[in-house]
Amino acid sequence: MRLLLTALLVLAPLSAETYVIRNATVMTVAKGTLKGSIVVKDGKIAEVGEKVMEPADAKIIDAAGQYVIPGIIDCHSHIAGDGGINEGSVSVSSMVDIRDIINPEDIAIYRALAGGVTTANILHGSANAIGGKTLPLKMRWGKDAQGMIFEGATPGIKFALGENPKRAGNPVGGRGAPTTVQARYPATRMGVEDTIREAFNETKVYKAGWDAYDARVAKGEHPIPPRIDLKLEALKEVLEGKRYVHVHCYRADEILMMLRVADDYGFKIRTLQHVLEGYKVAKEIAAHGAGASTFSDWWSYKMEAFDAIPYNAAIMQKKGVVVSLNSDDAELMRHLNTEAGKAMKYGGLSETEALAMVTLNPAKQLGIDNRVGSIEVGKDADLVIYDKFPLSDYAKVQKVLIDGNIYFDRDNEVTGRAARQAEKQKLIDKEKQNQQRPQTAPTRRQGQ
Amino acid sequence: MRGLGILIGCGLAGSAALAASDNTLVIRNADVYPVTGAEMKGVSVLIQDGKIADIGAKLVPAKGVRVVEGKGLRVYPGMIDSGTELGLSEVSAVRETVDTGELGELMPQLRAVVAVNPESEHFQVVRVNGITSVMTFPSSGGGGGGGGRFGGGERQLISGQAALIHTDGWTWEDMTINRSAAMHLIFPSMGGRGGRGGAIPDSVLEMIPGAVGGSYTQAKRTYDQQIARLNEFFDQARQYQKEKAAHAADFKPGSKPDLKMDGFKPDLKMEAMLPVLEGTVPLGVSASRAGAIHDAIAFAAQQRVRIVILQPRDVAKAGPELKAKNIPVILGRVLALPDAEDDPYDEAFTQPAEAYKAGVKFAFGTFNNEFIRNLPYQAATAVAFGLPYDEALKAVTINAAQIWGSANEIGSVEKGKWADLMVTTGDPLEVRTQVKYLFIKGKEIPLVNKQTRLYDKYMSRQ
Repeated sequence: MRLLLTALLVLAPLSAETYVIRNATVMTVAKGTLKGSIVVKDGKIAEVGEKVMEPADAKIIDAAGQYVIPGIIDCHSHIAGDGGINEGSVSVSSMVDIRDIINPEDIAIYRALAGGVTTANILHGSANAIGGKTLPLKMRWGKDAQGMIFEGATPGIKFALGENPKRAGNPVGGRGAPTTVQARYPATRMGVEDTIREAFNETKVYKAGWDAYDARVAKGEHPIPPRIDLKLEALKEVLEGKRYVHVHCYRADEILMMLRVADDYGFKIRTLQHVLEGYKVAKEIAAHGAGASTFSDWWSYKMEAFDAIPYNAAIMQKKGVVVSLNSDDAELMRHLNTEAGKAMKYGGLSETEALAMVTLNPAKQLGIDNRVGSIEVGKDADLVIYDKFPLSDYAKVQKVLIDGNIYFDRDNEVTGRAARQAEKQKLIDKEKQNQQRPQTAPTRRQGQ
Repeated sequence: MRGLGILIGCGLAGSAALAASDNTLVIRNADVYPVTGAEMKGVSVLIQDGKIADIGAKLVPAKGVRVVEGKGLRVYPGMIDSGTELGLSEVSAVRETVDTGELGELMPQLRAVVAVNPESEHFQVVRVNGITSVMTFPSSGGGGGGGGRFGGGERQLISGQAALIHTDGWTWEDMTINRSAAMHLIFPSMGGRGGRGGAIPDSVLEMIPGAVGGSYTQAKRTYDQQIARLNEFFDQARQYQKEKAAHAADFKPGSKPDLKMDGFKPDLKMEAMLPVLEGTVPLGVSASRAGAIHDAIAFAAQQRVRIVILQPRDVAKAGPELKAKNIPVILGRVLALPDAEDDPYDEAFTQPAEAYKAGVKFAFGTFNNEFIRNLPYQAATAVAFGLPYDEALKAVTINAAQIWGSANEIGSVEKGKWADLMVTTGDPLEVRTQVKYLFIKGKEIPLVNKQTRLYDKYMSRQ
């Protein structure tokens, strides 16, 4: 029995096949583009080059005339959640965690995969100034919630500025009629700043208590520990650099405010999300060292998006900010490759610079670039094969690998449709037959 | 050819008239893709008084005529978006800036064109990507667009008249191609997206504890009532048409004013319906699912009116009937999620290919102002998923012009049409392609907007 168990444990990491992706145009992002092959072994990229040593047991994927890019990383997504992702009842909800509501059966995961996405940063909503805890997932369709989590990645927390967090401070009924809904502080951008400052003010005191306790324990004393506060724990981790801050923001004024608050309390903003007016304060963002994750060309859907420009990504990049392009949307998520293409059109970035905005740059922003984001030996074999030049709407995803396993294969997807349709029809027919049979009236369950 | 002869003649004579005219321009030595015919390499296009005056290899511009060098560039007709709220909606979340979705259920007398704000920032933004005309709807209805969230739009059946307009002009009058290109009907729906079938059957509802929302029976009753009201309204309009005709027949010019004609009271709603009944203005019908499309077709047959289906989703299912009845469709956003959870992931991407396979005539609409500038990329996605390239190009140009009845004015690079032209560095459906010059009614449009101005301003910040 013990022997068998050991055998299984040894076998587990070997479960991924060995593949050679042959004769493709390989856009490595980190080291230029080459015509050649990739060897995938034990879930990792084992070799990349014009000529590679093909292992004898390797399965060959002939990619002649096709393109391979690193798996796409979406730095801002709300898929794979089990319903609500907005704990908007309070202005500071740092106690709640997306980790607790992962739904591995959300069809959006498979659709994202079919669009070449292999990793997504799943965020809390933007209803409150300090939202919930976040984490990146790998799109391992078919695995359970635990199996989706990007193991070892630094977790994050969502902050939000501007119109969304102040909305609950300005409750209105239909057509501007007064409402009985009670207003929730804050109602203005001023109040948003104050909410965040108050929270960190509190956290500083909380942290000092714990630091004093830890110091006494280190000295061998046995003091009574301070009471754990789940809300402040997450913010304490921010001050300790153990949790990344991802800030939903639009206007230049609020972006600058956030950077200054972080400076004052001694923490770093990891990414500014949306950051549609980031181009106006690119210098300040670069100086702080924050990353920027934006839309390619969304604009005008609300007042704070009216100065959004499609050149935002290019300007920030040119001024020294690490920039990614994200989706925030289950549909847009499926073609981030062409969103990158728009960075070539608007602002004239190179192919590699543009592609980096949906691969290597978001990996850097999420602190996972040691694992993913480029095609380099030793990194996870998260790869996307396209039939045509990938930064174009004419390109279709053919295959997607995560950890060296094929998670999406368009050929199988298309050929399997007739069988799935037949199965569905069979189930419908069966249900219809059941309904035709005389049956007892369904009983309504009580007390729910 | 005659035009060419005249032009050369003029050129030789050093025509003062042509040379002096600010309304004349030549795009020289470009590759012209007329859409309605084969491409012409290395030819020139003569623009005069806003129209395409000539296209040919040996055009010699008269002295003093402005020449745009087109070497290495391509000339295409400007693109047409067949479903927008352009000019009517500025910031979709700010009520004061949105003029779609009026109150009232049956409002055919409303005209979108009069609420078009020529100074809307959106015009300049969509223009630089080569979109030179659009259909602008009083309410996008049918599940698309942002306008439905305000006013009474969501409960409307007839929301008013949609206009075909240029994306440039001093006033809405200036911009108008056809101020009433379609009457917008949001077909009654039983729930879900613009079609029947969304409501939950009573037997299922019984089993759901605390289930909210209407039962199938309730939804069906509402649906039947709406259909009845629509039919009644059309019958009323037909009656009005008859009465008006009878009064007009009684009234003879030169005779004494007829007493009966004096007693005839014009009705603006009914007057607005006359062109629909006469078949000069089609009904643009928002109907998404196959069931709703079928019902809309049956309704149109019963009322003997022309229809164009807006934003259909079950194109494969509805295709044969659309084809048989020769009913064109305006496909909504290609870059959309599948309708149902168990639909193939590319269900929306393949709708245009399905329409093509079924032999249905179609054009594209984006149905949301924010996405108009991505119209060509929606078309390109359709190509990736099976639509022939030429058909995709037609769906954003000539097909739209034909469906909305203005093919003699716009939609292709042909002599006599408005000079709505985009001059590009390559394939206009490809995201990396740049528009180098743009002409609307022969006028060169500067390729700048609020966004390019902000770009220039903040790039220069030290």
